Amino acid sequence: MAISVTMPALSPTMTEGKVAKWLKAVGDTVSPGDVIAEIETDKATMEIESVDEGILGQIVVPEGTDDVAVNSVIGIILEDGEGQEALAGVADTSRETPAPAKPEPAPEPVETKAPAQPKAPQAAPTASVTEEFPAGTETQELTVREALRDAMAEEMHADGSVFLMGEEVAEYQGAYKVSQGLLDEFGPKRVIDTPITEHGFAGMGVGAAYAGLRPIVEFMTFNFAMQAIDHIINSAAKTLYMSGGQMSAPIVFRGPNGPAARVAAQHSQCYAAWYAQVPGLTVVSPYSAADAKGLLKSAIRNPNPVVFLENELLYGQSFQVPTGEHLVPIGKARIARPGKDVTLVGHSIAVGHALQAAEMLAADGIDAEVIDLRTVRPLDVETILSSVKKTNRLVTVEEGWPVCGIGAEIAAVVNERAFDDLDAPVTRVTAKDVPLPYAANLEKLALPQPEDVAAAAKSVCYR
Amino acid sequence: MATAARKTAKPTASKKAPKKAPKAPNTEELLGYYREMLLIRRFEERAGQLYGMGLIGGFCHLYIGQEAVVVGMQSTLGTHDKVITTYRDHAHMLAAGMDPKGVMAELTGRADGLSKGKGGSMHMFSSEKNFYGGHGIVGASVPLGAGLAFAQKYQDTDGVVLAYFGDGASNQGQVAETFNMARLWSLPVIFIIENNQYAMGTSVARSSAQTELYLRGASYDIPGEQVDGMDVLAVKKAGAAAVARCRAGKGPMILEMKTYRYRGHSMSDPAKYRTREEVQKVREERDPIDHLRAIILKRKGVDEAALKEMDGEIKQIVTAAAEFAQASPEPDPAELYTDIVKSVNA
Repeated sequence: MAISVTMPALSPTMTEGKVAKWLKAVGDTVSPGDVIAEIETDKATMEIESVDEGILGQIVVPEGTDDVAVNSVIGIILEDGEGQEALAGVADTSRETPAPAKPEPAPEPVETKAPAQPKAPQAAPTASVTEEFPAGTETQELTVREALRDAMAEEMHADGSVFLMGEEVAEYQGAYKVSQGLLDEFGPKRVIDTPITEHGFAGMGVGAAYAGLRPIVEFMTFNFAMQAIDHIINSAAKTLYMSGGQMSAPIVFRGPNGPAARVAAQHSQCYAAWYAQVPGLTVVSPYSAADAKGLLKSAIRNPNPVVFLENELLYGQSFQVPTGEHLVPIGKARIARPGKDVTLVGHSIAVGHALQAAEMLAADGIDAEVIDLRTVRPLDVETILSSVKKTNRLVTVEEGWPVCGIGAEIAAVVNERAFDDLDAPVTRVTAKDVPLPYAANLEKLALPQPEDVAAAAKSVCYR
Repeated sequence: MATAARKTAKPTASKKAPKKAPKAPNTEELLGYYREMLLIRRFEERAGQLYGMGLIGGFCHLYIGQEAVVVGMQSTLGTHDKVITTYRDHAHMLAAGMDPKGVMAELTGRADGLSKGKGGSMHMFSSEKNFYGGHGIVGASVPLGAGLAFAQKYQDTDGVVLAYFGDGASNQGQVAETFNMARLWSLPVIFIIENNQYAMGTSVARSSAQTELYLRGASYDIPGEQVDGMDVLAVKKAGAAAVARCRAGKGPMILEMKTYRYRGHSMSDPAKYRTREEVQKVREERDPIDHLRAIILKRKGVDEAALKEMDGEIKQIVTAAAEFAQASPEPDPAELYTDIVKSVNA
């Protein structure tokens, strides 16, 4: 029976990859452990080994082919004694192999290009920033990953005191390829691989910031920053105050935050609410690539400790980003979609969920406004209040837990400051109040889905 | 208690430290150390008194008994070297040249305190005096100090950093993490373990599997040396060699200072973990100030009267600091909301 070689999933979030190179030719003998091909993903180039013994009977996907879906057949190995006739059946049937039951990153709505950004029907509230960048700005399509890299590279060019340290940021080119190429560009003095010692290197970064450097400390994920949270809070956030304004820690702590895909409870926590609680910290959590770039540049220039929460599932998504210098001010939310019936507010990937929900709601005749918070501390309360004044209904969306979360804070502020504007209770859509489960179906149940956001919006519209 | 015999741990890979024969300190230098140590002791005694009067609140960790360590080490530093320490920090600030009035007014929580009354005993800083805190979390000064050293190296200075911590902190995971990185990157930092024998109430023997703390760098190829921390001249000698080694780019070093604190861990220490006799014995036999005083009095040209005059001068400084700290107003309520974050254009 001929054996199909399929495109492997090389990371929890990989959905497709490139067949970079075949290292065996048709007719070659292959044994278990032989490297037969090289696969390139957005994160790395990896070798695939044969687990079977036989002869490479057919190369189904030639080398150089991009966007090959995970699990599709890329080659066929013939077992001992099999002839070419065994090839026919394999390719056909195995293409129908069901996709693994892993949730692919939700397809995100294409970011509206600046010139086409629809205007709010009413006069835009003064505090809001509707457009991501001015109409007519020259843009290019970049992934969030590339935008973050560009932000660091530009700021490192501009300021010699900026450096990057973290696990695998240099020679490995970044665990999630965010720092790709920076070692070559800036050398080992400024792009520094650390041992796996978050508590220690976070503290060292803060000490370097005390001395006037501008460190960027990358956490492979923010889950691991729990070991370093003492320095983030006690050593970085509180020093300006404790010193009566004499000493500060201009430092950026950045890395992916929140659930990725199928990595279970210990690798899937959103820390936005944790850090947002701390006076002295600035907490940024962008959605689009343009914001990722503009906010990271602002964070690096900021004289305070900034916690910069990225999202692994967004790294590979593409958006329009202004070419050249692009700065986004910290602390200003953005109206990602104007609407009049209900306000949906979120940050990071939850903005994508809200935008998708808004499309669903539009089909039902509900015109939802979507606010991308961009910064969770300081919270742009004015933009939220202006929107609520207009829509009288508010749904918060986040991938963090409900208790004392970002949505809880927004609900409290709106309750205190805009109670009379509300026609319905503020409603939260959050991760369920459980550690994130591994099983695909349970994971999906635990995380907020666009459908949940749409349902919550309908309920506050009493529909 | 360690005797004056020095123990050293040198990794096999490292070369012998160059043995310079430092010239004996002249009388003026000795008087300088004496003055500094006396200032610290009188300051701390007064702080203890003000605490008892309810003028100082919260935690207050006194340095009495340990004066030789900080005075000896500070004497080895140049103008661009940096210092960072733990919460037992009043002495380090005075040794760094920070104003006793400002330190005492911070202890009383007043507007003229070095942190405007918002930091307290454990949290004072002065970039002007190269003093980087004052850190209340056990062990934190170690990676933070290595970070200061990272900056020294990054900025191509030949400055070194003294990172002080206690015998208790030496068991912290972040200390081990930092030793590793400091050696890996050859950072100009001297790790000074102020081994005063007790982490709060837990003796070194009850908390540490390896009680010879200068050996803690062995796994990281960091040389260590045990020093009689009750002898300011021994401290200075070991410190000067370590600073020279560090400044020459040979990477980090550990100095274990065997010392003793006379007072409790903080003001609320019940002192059940050691006997009154143990403390009394150290005071009588090993006191760092008495020790230096005896050396000075053997020098020509110094007599009891000269030292007495210095005592009087120190007393005046401390009294003035205490008066200043009580006369200074409480911070303006508006200070509650200042210095939380720097404005972006600052």
